Amino acid sequence: MDLDDIRDSFAFFDDWEDKYRFVIDLGKSLPHLEEALRTEDNLVRGCQSQVWLVSATVGDRLHLRIDSDAHIVRGLISIVLAAYQDRTPEDILAFDMEELFSDLDLLTHLSPTRGNGLRAMVSRIRETARAAA
Amino acid sequence: MHDIRADFPILARDAHASPLVYLDNAATTQKPVAVIEAVNDYYRRYNANVHRAAHALAEEATEAMEMARAKVAAFIDAASTREIIFTRGTTESINLVAACFGIKSGSRILISEMEHHSNIVPWQMLAERTGAQLDAIRVTTTGDLDLEDFRTKLDERTALVAIAHVSNALGTLNDIGSVIADTHAVGAKVLIDGAQAVLHLPVSVKALDCDFYAFSAHKMFGPTGIGVLYGKERLLEAMPPWQGGGEMIERVTLEGTTYNRLPYKFEAGTPHIAGIIGLGAAIDYLSALPRDLLVDREEKLVHLAVNRLKQMPGLRMVGEPRQRISIVSFVPLDAHPHDVGMLLDQQGIAVRTGHHCAMPLMERMCVPGTVRASFSLYNSADDVDRLLTGVEKALSFV
Ligand SMILES: Cc1ncc(COP(=O)(O)O)c(C=O)c1O
Repeated sequence: MDLDDIRDSFAFFDDWEDKYRFVIDLGKSLPHLEEALRTEDNLVRGCQSQVWLVSATVGDRLHLRIDSDAHIVRGLISIVLAAYQDRTPEDILAFDMEELFSDLDLLTHLSPTRGNGLRAMVSRIRETARAAA
Repeated sequence: MHDIRADFPILARDAHASPLVYLDNAATTQKPVAVIEAVNDYYRRYNANVHRAAHALAEEATEAMEMARAKVAAFIDAASTREIIFTRGTTESINLVAACFGIKSGSRILISEMEHHSNIVPWQMLAERTGAQLDAIRVTTTGDLDLEDFRTKLDERTALVAIAHVSNALGTLNDIGSVIADTHAVGAKVLIDGAQAVLHLPVSVKALDCDFYAFSAHKMFGPTGIGVLYGKERLLEAMPPWQGGGEMIERVTLEGTTYNRLPYKFEAGTPHIAGIIGLGAAIDYLSALPRDLLVDREEKLVHLAVNRLKQMPGLRMVGEPRQRISIVSFVPLDAHPHDVGMLLDQQGIAVRTGHHCAMPLMERMCVPGTVRASFSLYNSADDVDRLLTGVEKALSFV
């Protein structure tokens, strides 16, 4: 699902239930990272749930594989991936993730107080992009 | 019965457009008007520094602070106000003992696997500093203290045993009476972390005969930033002071200092006067309540919640202790505790998810964390209903 589809879907939700069911469903279609890659090095620590992130440069683009142990976080990761996946480092750096989450009314999940690892993950992707740019 | 909910203004608010159900009381309790007003009144009417100046305001502030100390002493049945040290909270109280209680290299400190990090890390630091040995008493699969393991580990080398009165993660009420008796039999001392106990149980340090007892005001309707260390007078007398500064001295010359008497010896600097007065007001508030009836009702609500959660498919209880106080922990079978926490939050239900600052216990119970609902005296049967339907709904999402 691309970013426009996600934005369109969100425009139709009129309560939190539809929205969270959608986010959880998004998460269900995210492939899991195999156990061997769920290493300490790939771990982005949140104090609540954990996120694992593996990135590779393919040509001039960044290919990301991300997983979490929580359903909602996996759904939120799918949204992040819709914006970042297979983009150039320049595109990634130019993208405003806060604005997207704010538009979708999910900004609290990016907040540093949430401790779900999402914010730390976005920072790590941006660092990787910066190093590759 | 007096409707105590009306005394807590925050309980009337909404969260995410639903009436708030507050079940994160083990983290901190809400505050009654009486406490909010007492703090307010201090700043409005008689704010001054204590113990020093000879003017009306300072006298009033000093008197209010020392009255609060007397209320704390009576609240936990201490022999004298000299045994009541004001600290920032349970954490600081434990750190004070760890810093000042003399431990020799080769001595043993015993904690348990169910301790809050605040009752683990200060002892690890002490062990590192002194060469003492730190060991943890095992916890059984039901979440009880393994008293047999305790008796095996307790030996002549043991200098101190530090355990929770009530587990903040599982709600286990520990049999501290027998821990204290056994520990004293080998000549060691006992510190009780009472953070989760003082609101829910009548505590008499005299009857318990514990050597130290630590708790936080904010978990018993008082303000944040203030707590208590109770210590037996002769132990406190024998301990060196901790931090140096004003208040804790009697006389300072550049050659040396004589220290103030108890409890001031351990209270360097201007104290948290407003917090202390707020704590005094919390104790007054509690003392005026039909506390037995309210605690009894709270207990019934917790058991109702436990029984109904046990019957719900899709989740598993974590910890089924023999005696439980105010706290229930569980994990969803097909989701992360965090998922359930977020979905409850959307319904206006405040619980806590995660390791509850007890990572060794989570490891022992083989869970990444739990969903914890913790009750207080103002929770209602309606809160239990909302929790149950909320959890059911959350589980239907995953
Ligand atoms: C059992 C226990 N010990 C210690 C603490 C630490 O208390 P405080 O953060 O108020 O110092 C807590 C609070 O979470 C607790 O529940």
